[in-house]
Amino acid sequence: MYNQTEILKDTSELGADGELVINMGPQHPATHGVLHLVVTLNGETIKKIEPHLGYIHRSIEKMCESLTYRQFIYVTSRMDYLSSHINNLGCALLVEKGMAIEVPDRAKYVRVILSELTRIASHELWLGAMAMDLGAFTPFFYAFREREMITDIMEDTCGARLTMNYIVPGGLMYDIHPDFQKKVKAFITQFKSKVTEYEDLVTNNVIFQSRTKGVGILTAEDAISYGCTGPVARASGVSCDIRKLYPYEVYDKVEFDEVLETAGDSFARYIVRVKEMNQSIRIIEQLIDNIPEGDFVGKTKNVLKLPKGEFYTRVETARGEFGVFVVSEGGTTPHRIKFRSPGFSNLSALNHIAAGSKIGDLMASMGTLDLVIPDIDR
Amino acid sequence: MFSLEGITTSVQDWLFMKFNPTMALAMECVIVILLAISLFAILGLVLVLMERKVAAHIQIRLGPNRVGPGGMFQTVADTLKLIMKEGLVPDMADKFLFNLAPFVVMMVGMLLLAPIAFAKNFQIWDINIGVLYISSVSSLSVIGILMAGWASNNKYSLLGAMRSGAQIVSYELSAGFAVLTIVVLTGSLQISEIVKAQENGWWIFKGHIPAIIAFVLYIIAVTAETNRAPFDLAEAESELTAGFHTEYSGMRFALFFLAEYINIFIVCAIGATLFFGGWMPLHIGNWAAFNHIMDYIPSSVWFMGKTFFLIFLIMWFRWTFPRLRVDQLLNLEWKYLLPISLFNLLLVAIIAILGWHF
Repeated sequence: MYNQTEILKDTSELGADGELVINMGPQHPATHGVLHLVVTLNGETIKKIEPHLGYIHRSIEKMCESLTYRQFIYVTSRMDYLSSHINNLGCALLVEKGMAIEVPDRAKYVRVILSELTRIASHELWLGAMAMDLGAFTPFFYAFREREMITDIMEDTCGARLTMNYIVPGGLMYDIHPDFQKKVKAFITQFKSKVTEYEDLVTNNVIFQSRTKGVGILTAEDAISYGCTGPVARASGVSCDIRKLYPYEVYDKVEFDEVLETAGDSFARYIVRVKEMNQSIRIIEQLIDNIPEGDFVGKTKNVLKLPKGEFYTRVETARGEFGVFVVSEGGTTPHRIKFRSPGFSNLSALNHIAAGSKIGDLMASMGTLDLVIPDIDR
Repeated sequence: MFSLEGITTSVQDWLFMKFNPTMALAMECVIVILLAISLFAILGLVLVLMERKVAAHIQIRLGPNRVGPGGMFQTVADTLKLIMKEGLVPDMADKFLFNLAPFVVMMVGMLLLAPIAFAKNFQIWDINIGVLYISSVSSLSVIGILMAGWASNNKYSLLGAMRSGAQIVSYELSAGFAVLTIVVLTGSLQISEIVKAQENGWWIFKGHIPAIIAFVLYIIAVTAETNRAPFDLAEAESELTAGFHTEYSGMRFALFFLAEYINIFIVCAIGATLFFGGWMPLHIGNWAAFNHIMDYIPSSVWFMGKTFFLIFLIMWFRWTFPRLRVDQLLNLEWKYLLPISLFNLLLVAIIAILGWHF
């Protein structure tokens, strides 16, 4: 028979005050990927969280250095796979900026519509996954019902449901599907009629509110100092929407509100994302009927060469600011490339917001950070 | 009309006619054991399928629909798979306790089956302290869970088992007080007496508001006691992978899984007995014709109908609510449910003494 020290000694380094170290991940239902959290516990209370990264590191940045400016975009779909359109867009914008390529209006409109659809799809998946982290399975299926319509639209448009690779420097790879507008409108109608179900099932649920309100509080100062962006920072009251601050494509022509909450807790992050979905719908509604006729791709040279120098563009993905930094030596491939991924900075705040709370709170905090691990590891 | 009422007496008469009393008793024992085991197997199959269908309906899906008509044999296929699987025992586990734990949990379910009245005159053991027996035996299941969590030598299992311990011990109280409410009203601990007292109306109707409060408390408490969502902290899939049965596989896991459903059935059966009159048909005042029609429905159908209604209720909870946090769970019990149930018991005592109930 075992006594306590015998049964624990081989599997953990037992701390001074009866600390228990558990490895959450890389295979764990709540880390949604291969995130590895080394969690130091005192009973149920978390003392420290240490994220260990690298399980899905594919050295995308290094890979991009040997790919041409047309090719490297495809790799970026595999980073934040839930915002692949927006990643592609960021890279295409950089090449267009560097080479001063004119993008036709039609392409710009479609790019924005697709970006917003991607944002909704990403938030839908997050909603389901986060509810599942908190132990509610049903919202997952409701969220996927709407997400499925978006992926169907994507499939029609670019032949892929996850890694789109549809946006190329200069415009789009090919024209939109003839049914595109009809299907997007059908989606908007469906979404508007069903969004109340989320309110009934999740937002107004007493247990859900008590699990998320006041949990994982991130103040505005901390959000800035950890470099948080996107819904995480906006829930703390930090205005950081790239679409508003540095408008790209046609974001300056459409009306939408930057959703800001001040509480900074998990519930605020939840509310920000739900409201953002409605804002995205608003943007799509303004654009979908006004897609101009014309070319879908601008005139570009066959071989793209960025002039010597340093280039940076940023776009707003579903998770926050996605930046692309390229150092060019004037060749056909980037000399150095660096992606600023929103997930990495958001993850860095995890220890700060979850330490001192219970294990259950960790799920609420981590769930609302909306982590996509390939985006963090690249 | 088919009914289970006559079967037991005729079987007993036949056995005692053919054999000497000791032999007849032994044969009765064998019959009861066989019946109980087959009931377990059937319940496991039916309830797992039911849960999957209910979940599918709530989650706008179809659920199992490939094996057999309407997916009826899906659970059979799953059980076969579980039997064929290797039952892995972790290297550093306490082998004896690890193997024992699923059987302890299962045994508790079996013991609880004894005093339940499935139909008129269809009861294994009409013990005169029936309700007390149920309360005391049902709290044993925590031992099996603690055993499993401890012996697995897995930190997730240990955390799950500790949560389960705190949870079951706490919620025992509320469940006990809710049951006591009916005991006070009936004045007896015997299950058959409690059922008989509801001949002219079920306690949920007769007992005024306190009985309804007691019923709500009972449902909440037993949901927690059986480790079902929103109180499934012992398993807490997204937090502790699978909680106390993380390391279990194959048939040992199947036993835990089965025990969960058996426990649900038993607590719902007890709930139906206490609050909904067990096998008593629904009678309304002096509506003689209506009452007469209700009497035609066999008592076993009444009992199963009520029990499965409560089971559906508990499944409904599971697929609608998120999980509570461990401190919220304990707060709910000690700060809200327990004071309410104490006050409720007092109220019922007053009602019973003054004879305000029907």
